Amino acid sequence: MTSVCEPWDEARGAEIIAEHSAQEGATLVILHALQEAFGYVPEPAIPMVAEALNLSRAEVYGVFTFYHDFRKQPAGRHVLKLCRAEACQAAGGDALAARAEKKLGVAIGNTTADDRVTFEPIYCLGLCATAPSAMLDGRVVGRLDEARLDALVAEAQR
Amino acid sequence: MKMRIFVPCDAAAIAVGADDVVTALEQTAEKRGQPIQIVRTGSRGLCWLEPMVEVATLKGRVAYGPVTPADVPSLFDAMAGNGPHALRLGLADEIPWLKRQSRLTFVRCGIVDPRSVEDYRAHGGYKGLERALSLTPAEILADLSTSGLRGRGGAGFPTGIKWKTVADARADRKFIVCNADEGDSGTFADRMIMEGDPFVVIEGMTIAGITVGATKGYIYIRSEYPHAVIAMNAAIAAAKRAGLLGARIGGSAHSFDLEVRVGAGAYVCGEETSLLESLEGRRGLVRAKPPLPAHKGLFGKPTVINNVLSFAAIPFILDNGAKAYADFGMGRSRGTMPIQLAGNIKYGGLFETAFGVTLGELVDDIGGGTFTGRPVRAVQVGGPLGAYFPRALFETQFDYEAFAARDGLIGHGGIVVFDDTVDMAKQARFAMEFCAVESCGKCTPCRIGSTRGVETIDKIRSGERVAENLAVVEDLCNTMKFGSLCALGGFTPYPVMSALKHFREDFGPAPARLQAAE
Repeated sequence: MTSVCEPWDEARGAEIIAEHSAQEGATLVILHALQEAFGYVPEPAIPMVAEALNLSRAEVYGVFTFYHDFRKQPAGRHVLKLCRAEACQAAGGDALAARAEKKLGVAIGNTTADDRVTFEPIYCLGLCATAPSAMLDGRVVGRLDEARLDALVAEAQR
Repeated sequence: MKMRIFVPCDAAAIAVGADDVVTALEQTAEKRGQPIQIVRTGSRGLCWLEPMVEVATLKGRVAYGPVTPADVPSLFDAMAGNGPHALRLGLADEIPWLKRQSRLTFVRCGIVDPRSVEDYRAHGGYKGLERALSLTPAEILADLSTSGLRGRGGAGFPTGIKWKTVADARADRKFIVCNADEGDSGTFADRMIMEGDPFVVIEGMTIAGITVGATKGYIYIRSEYPHAVIAMNAAIAAAKRAGLLGARIGGSAHSFDLEVRVGAGAYVCGEETSLLESLEGRRGLVRAKPPLPAHKGLFGKPTVINNVLSFAAIPFILDNGAKAYADFGMGRSRGTMPIQLAGNIKYGGLFETAFGVTLGELVDDIGGGTFTGRPVRAVQVGGPLGAYFPRALFETQFDYEAFAARDGLIGHGGIVVFDDTVDMAKQARFAMEFCAVESCGKCTPCRIGSTRGVETIDKIRSGERVAENLAVVEDLCNTMKFGSLCALGGFTPYPVMSALKHFREDFGPAPARLQAAE
């Protein structure tokens, strides 16, 4: 499942912002909606959100940068998130992370040079009794071992 | 006759192939012309048996697991003829691991269809709300206090006192907030109940609303839980359709509405004041207390903020009576705790039981030790901010006070098991590193202390002035523990200090024990 994102478009951005701006405390809701549509939060959208919510640009930018989820630029075609928290560490997650880094040729937290795969750490998917676990484009995978990880990496590289 | 087959839609079951099993079941049924009805339930919590498939029989639901798509054709024969199968586990309710639990909160999880109000009602749901609607707020509060329920998020604050404070507060608006930002590694009970029995959370929050006089509630779910977000939204929509949310709930004079808000990947937002800031659309900076959220919470209004499991415990208390709940447990820890067995464990999953069970029983007996088959060396209880316990402390009873007396905490009830290949200095470093990454940055002890902690543990691990640097780590931990604004900086010393205290041999250049093991 690759999510197809729209290219940034100011009118479309304004429409998304208007759709949610009446809610109380709407900043995160709007940033999520923008990222859902465009695959990241385009910089020109920040002052538009500020204007709509009667906040300063700095306030909105501050929210945008505080949360790990929001992206400054689009991710690779596929996003592979590997859980790096304690339960997965206990179940052999460190070795799997190193293996995936080697196979993908990038350190965790980066996108491959061909823009195919963004490989990120995630701190707990709540799949701690079927550890180690990962998420590929929103699909959860548990009980990873070398073979299952290799298949997942290969799928992400396709 | 149409076979009724139950397959979990819990994320942990999906992660090990439950959806593929459903596809295989449908294809096989079609090929054989055998009509079936597949009901997607939550998980019973026996994670090593997932995907666990159940089929309705005259004697009850018979379980099979763990099922792969390749098993489906033979499974089909066994299910249709109630015959033998290598994966047959017998009647689900009779599986010993389930039978020895005391399921009060999770009584329906894995059994009901999480999208169906009717199914929830057919299994005793909404009786708590029904009774609550016939009581005065003071009577509900008295029940809560008798039950002895303490906040299940980790802090263990008496829920009755919190609710009474909000009930007594005067304001034009009040809020109910459910903390579903379950970020602790090794915990997944919130996720499971939201995916498997979401109406119990809705019912608990609704009871809170009518008790304190709030008409609006928010459930703040972390973005790492997309399945839970979908399940909660679907359940809220279903409850609205059934007249159990919105104006005049259940035909009463009370109104209560619910909305799901999704977090954005900040661990600190599990801290209640940080969560409120995030809900208001700001950076998740921790607030100084006082004022308490009960006085000035969401949008500055009196707010009940509780963990998912606290709200989920409420319907049982109202329906079955406070005493029935308080009869479980020990000391000041009353009722049951949904304990989560995780990490390197043979029989991992959700084990709800009365307080008082020992750590050793949980890890060795119920959990069956490690899945790698190696000896258990350490267990971390209570998430990234919880202490590491060695075998020597396995007689510790699962109880808020007993854990505190051993410099630990039960937190949200997660237990992560490590075998003897673990490097405890590395785990201590990770605790500091995690705190450094996730610190909201508002207070200095947490923001700077954690970064210095990482640097200092690195020096120790490379053999640089080990004794002096160990003293620095201890000093940093004391500063963080007593000087931080919230539990992130305040509790990070628990894993670090416990690792130091119980596993001192790992701190130094290339631990001798690990070299010997290689």
